[in-house]
Amino acid sequence: MKPYLREQKAFSFDDVPENTSFEAGYLVTVNSGWRSIRPVIDTGRCVGCEQCYLYCPDGVISIQNGKAVIDYDFCKGCGICAKICKIGAIGMEAEHK
Amino acid sequence: MANPTAEKLSRDEYFYGHKACAGCGGSLAVRAALKVLGQNAVSVLPAGCMSAVGFNFPQLCFSNNSIISTFAGTASMLTGIEAGLRAKGYSDFTAVGFAGDGGTADIGIQALSGAIARNDNIIYICDDNEAYMNTGIQKSGLTPFGARTTTTPAGSNIHGNLRPKKNMFEIAAAHGIPYAATASVGYITDFIKKVEKASKIQGTKYIHVIAPCPTGWGIQPDETVEIAKEVVDCGLWYLAEYENGEFTLNHKPKDFSSVEAYLKKQGRFKHLDLDDIKTIIASRDKKWAYIEKNFAYR
Ligand SMILES: Cc1ncc(C[n+]2csc(CCOP(=O)(O)OP(=O)(O)O)c2C)c(N)n1
Ligand code: SF4
Ligand code: SF4
Ligand code: SF4
Ligand SMILES: [Mg+2]
Repeated sequence: MKPYLREQKAFSFDDVPENTSFEAGYLVTVNSGWRSIRPVIDTGRCVGCEQCYLYCPDGVISIQNGKAVIDYDFCKGCGICAKICKIGAIGMEAEHK
Repeated sequence: MANPTAEKLSRDEYFYGHKACAGCGGSLAVRAALKVLGQNAVSVLPAGCMSAVGFNFPQLCFSNNSIISTFAGTASMLTGIEAGLRAKGYSDFTAVGFAGDGGTADIGIQALSGAIARNDNIIYICDDNEAYMNTGIQKSGLTPFGARTTTTPAGSNIHGNLRPKKNMFEIAAAHGIPYAATASVGYITDFIKKVEKASKIQGTKYIHVIAPCPTGWGIQPDETVEIAKEVVDCGLWYLAEYENGEFTLNHKPKDFSSVEAYLKKQGRFKHLDLDDIKTIIASRDKKWAYIEKNFAYR
């Protein structure tokens, strides 16, 4: 399990918790709007070594079928993964061309 | 291609969707540690960046049980959580705290010292970004000599912070704690190993991890990991453990990389002159002479 994006809905008073505790892993907004550049995986070159997965501060890289895959909803475009990938399988591209 | 470090971790993410700045080293430390400890970690976060970016109701970015403590009370809340869950009959959990450098070396040191003295069964992780970042970069007891912060400005007379960093690792060790370690997010495998080791030891565990802050250090978001590696490579930080009353050095750089290069990459050290850099190198060499003498190397 990981925190996941909930369906956007307006809160009614009944939904507002009476104390300061609330469900864990409850996300209502994405972080994709923070990016000016985005990492793009060259799946032909990626060898699935998982170094980018280990070092991503946001945990948005997973390895699927032996290749790195990015959750662009929550990637902030920091570029750490591109520097970590020794074989250059991650390029940073402008978000708006 | 199997990665042995990745294989040790839960595939789940426990710190996700948080609002830390892009490239935040602290968020990498919290994420990695929770992937070691898993769903049954109960985490405590005092005031500081990691709580501020993780709990923005209703955006709640921890998928394990987590709570914000008072600024000074990370360790005392960990003590209470551990005792409370144990009293209710739970045994399969880890009480873990993530506190900043300010929350650890200054305001939370009394609670931490008390917990270590009682040998409470908790893990305390200090994510050290070397200043009070969440309130806008003020000097803490772990800000290094020469660093510019808003409370230690750099001018022609005074070149940033006048005092050296407190030695929290050896302060924790001096209590006779069962396990203490230093780490850096630039050596993530070493950090992960230490969290894993701590999770298997009974009593209080203290891990001090260097976690660069691009915003406060004046570096680019993509430089966090390399600068966290470089601080170890140039000898201004070291990877070590304290266990059974003995210090062990885990990593010995063959030749130190350039201290000046490390400093000059960061906005907070840009103003330092050659004399300042000499002072920093001399204190590094003194520290390493002490390490050579008192730490075993394994
Ligand atoms: C008792 C108390 N004093 C002051 C504050 C204000 N405050 C909130 S976060 C923070 C800075 C925390 O610095 P640090 O512990 O180094 O964590 P960082 O934000 O750098 O991760 C301060 C001073 C507070 N919340 N409570
Ligand atoms: S570091 Fe590079 S090669 Fe390794 S998994 Fe990531 S993208 Fe693929
Ligand atoms: S750019 Fe940063 S946040 Fe995005 S996948 Fe790479 S390391 Fe993760
Ligand atoms: S200010 Fe620094 S420590 Fe705080 S979230 Fe941003 S990068 Fe992380
Ligand atoms: Mg701090």
